[in-house]
Amino acid sequence: MNYTPEMLASMKKVEAAREKNIALEPRRLTAEEKEALLKEYHPDYKDAGFTTIRVGGNKGQKAPVELNAMLDAHSRLRDVEVDLSNIAYDVDVLVIGGGGAGSSAAIEAHEAGANVMIVTKLRIGDANTMMAEGGIQAADKPGDSPALHYLDVMGGGHYANRPELVKKLVMEGPSAIKWLNELGVEFDKAPDGTMITTHGGGTSRKRMHAAADYSGAEIMRTLRDEVLNRQIPVVDFTAAIELILDTDGKAAGAVLMNMETGELMVARAKTVIIATGGAGRMHYQGFPTSNHYGATADGLILGYRAGAKLLYQDTLQYHPTGVAFPQQIFGALVTEKVRSMGAKLINSEGEAYIHPLETRDVNAAGVIRECTTHGKGVDTGMGKAVWLDTPMIDRIHGKGTLEKRLPAMLRMYLKYGIDMREVPILIYPTLHYQNGGLEIAEDGQTCVENLFVAGEAVGGIHGRNRLMGNSLLDIIVFGRSAGQRAAQKAGTTQLKELTLRHVDKYEAELANAGIDSDAVSPKLLPTYARGAKAF
Amino acid sequence: MVNVYLMGKKYEVPEGLTIMGAMEYAGYQLVRGCGCRNGFCGACATVYRIKGERELHAALACQTTVEENMYVATLPFFPLEKQVYDINKIKPDAQVMMQLYPEIYSCIGCNACTKSCTQGLNVMQYIAAAQRGDFAACAQMSFDCVMCGVCSSRCPAGISHPQVAELSRRINGKYLMPEAKHLTERVKEIEDGLCQAEMEAIMAKPLEELKELYNHRDIEK
Repeated sequence: MNYTPEMLASMKKVEAAREKNIALEPRRLTAEEKEALLKEYHPDYKDAGFTTIRVGGNKGQKAPVELNAMLDAHSRLRDVEVDLSNIAYDVDVLVIGGGGAGSSAAIEAHEAGANVMIVTKLRIGDANTMMAEGGIQAADKPGDSPALHYLDVMGGGHYANRPELVKKLVMEGPSAIKWLNELGVEFDKAPDGTMITTHGGGTSRKRMHAAADYSGAEIMRTLRDEVLNRQIPVVDFTAAIELILDTDGKAAGAVLMNMETGELMVARAKTVIIATGGAGRMHYQGFPTSNHYGATADGLILGYRAGAKLLYQDTLQYHPTGVAFPQQIFGALVTEKVRSMGAKLINSEGEAYIHPLETRDVNAAGVIRECTTHGKGVDTGMGKAVWLDTPMIDRIHGKGTLEKRLPAMLRMYLKYGIDMREVPILIYPTLHYQNGGLEIAEDGQTCVENLFVAGEAVGGIHGRNRLMGNSLLDIIVFGRSAGQRAAQKAGTTQLKELTLRHVDKYEAELANAGIDSDAVSPKLLPTYARGAKAF
Repeated sequence: MVNVYLMGKKYEVPEGLTIMGAMEYAGYQLVRGCGCRNGFCGACATVYRIKGERELHAALACQTTVEENMYVATLPFFPLEKQVYDINKIKPDAQVMMQLYPEIYSCIGCNACTKSCTQGLNVMQYIAAAQRGDFAACAQMSFDCVMCGVCSSRCPAGISHPQVAELSRRINGKYLMPEAKHLTERVKEIEDGLCQAEMEAIMAKPLEELKELYNHRDIEK
């Protein structure tokens, strides 16, 4: 173990206070206290992190600086002639993105009899879904109900959520779990078949279903296997770089780019589903991220240029417990399930300063407060951090529990000589989730006809803060639904001539606004190579 | 600084970097061989050998710290053999393995798969369980598999271990683990419209009332 003497000195205080802290049930904050904490410390409230959108349907609204730079950037097709009559792929439904939402959509579109294809810039399964650890919510137990789930989602999202989307999320939650279970997902169950469920931050009932702490991986690999069993074409290492519309303004396909050779291809489709995921690799406000390598908000750019609207693009989720030490895994996720299982957040003085299961935005703000104005952070060499007292878990539930229920976490830390069963770990907020995204109606369609969105690229389901376990749920509920609706809609769609005029129009708007960026978008991949130009 | 050899070429990189970090420090802009960067997706399977040592190691590039004189070769793609089946039609007995993955019965017990597992799993043992038709054991032992494919690259019998394990897990999850009755019942209740009235009532509440409800809701212990 490589903890510094300063860390070890603070750790002694954590150990000395452990029994007392286990017994303590920290008071839940009042609504007013939460609001004050967020305003003071949450990154969403930092004006310097945002600028005003200057073109397009959300002109005048706030967006993160880094996202706005992508909205201001040129199309990758500027000054490039694309022959739209040279069609490489011709399908009913084009799914852009190979994560949980895209795969669910493709399976359901296929089930509905559509000719469907997935295009993904990396591999199928290279997605935030794969990395979701803690679990998936659904109100399927006695004493719980979709209405209680609804209340938790609305309160957690600060009542900014679109009610009809939340209703769909919670009402179709149990059937989503059943669908996954029948595909073969191995949920944690008691010997009699009862789902083993826990709390997440901000839940009023224990409705977090899990598959150890590989919940997302188990779901993703099952969906991937099903996509492959159905022999749905998956074109990998190929990015969508612009949407194609038809002369009626309906979505009609995408221009694709081979990520390795740069070759451009045209995919024509009667309906298009954007399932491109999140934006952690944009590193908003300089935060590290728990996200997948490809999480660069591509779908938001594609959709926006084609005329779809953004919603809550100015709200991001910073997961309170990102790895703060060791540096090799800086920013990686420590699942909320660690807190669900009883580990508490402890400052450098050994104080359990907050309830560990407040919502994520509140707990993230709390960590930042301890590390700044309260001066109760531990120095990691890369900044300050607080403790997550993981040895509490086996102390509460018995030896062996942590290993059984949190194998991925244990393995991740053991690789660096830290046995989290014996010693607490150091954490700090990490950029985790894009709360906002493209605006959709209840049927998953944007204001652009035949353009559907599912998964993290959607805005409005989670309001201004998402609860743990509702993202895995939304990718399944809205992914499936988008696939079904897109297949149905494809059946009645007559395509007109293909066009990229919207891209030219957007370029002209940029020029009129006096914007001439030297960047291109969508970003596709972050640039981490030392000395390299943007990808 | 430490000396590492990426695809045989020498680079000097700061101590403490992961193999992936070292590649990026050296100037590689990764497209393949990089996925979740957190040890879940299996995109960055890597083999390495320390100069002068005989043993060949396998690891995930995002989860492994560089060492002095490490010779690194990435394995950004490995052709696994996946058989196509209908999960709703297969029967959960040993027959299915014989039909889909008969090569598992050619295992010679060399244990190269286990030795090469980037997740430290007992791969040969889970294949043995699959041979016996013990899908629950195979599923349990293979659960942490990230399907990077290193095991298969080392197998003289041509087994695609991760695919065998995937099939076992799906059979286990669908057919062998007990049904969650409360789930079946709740889905039926929703289909029968029994949750509709409560949902409509809460959706009809004015914002202030909704906030009151939320702020004073009872939280299960």
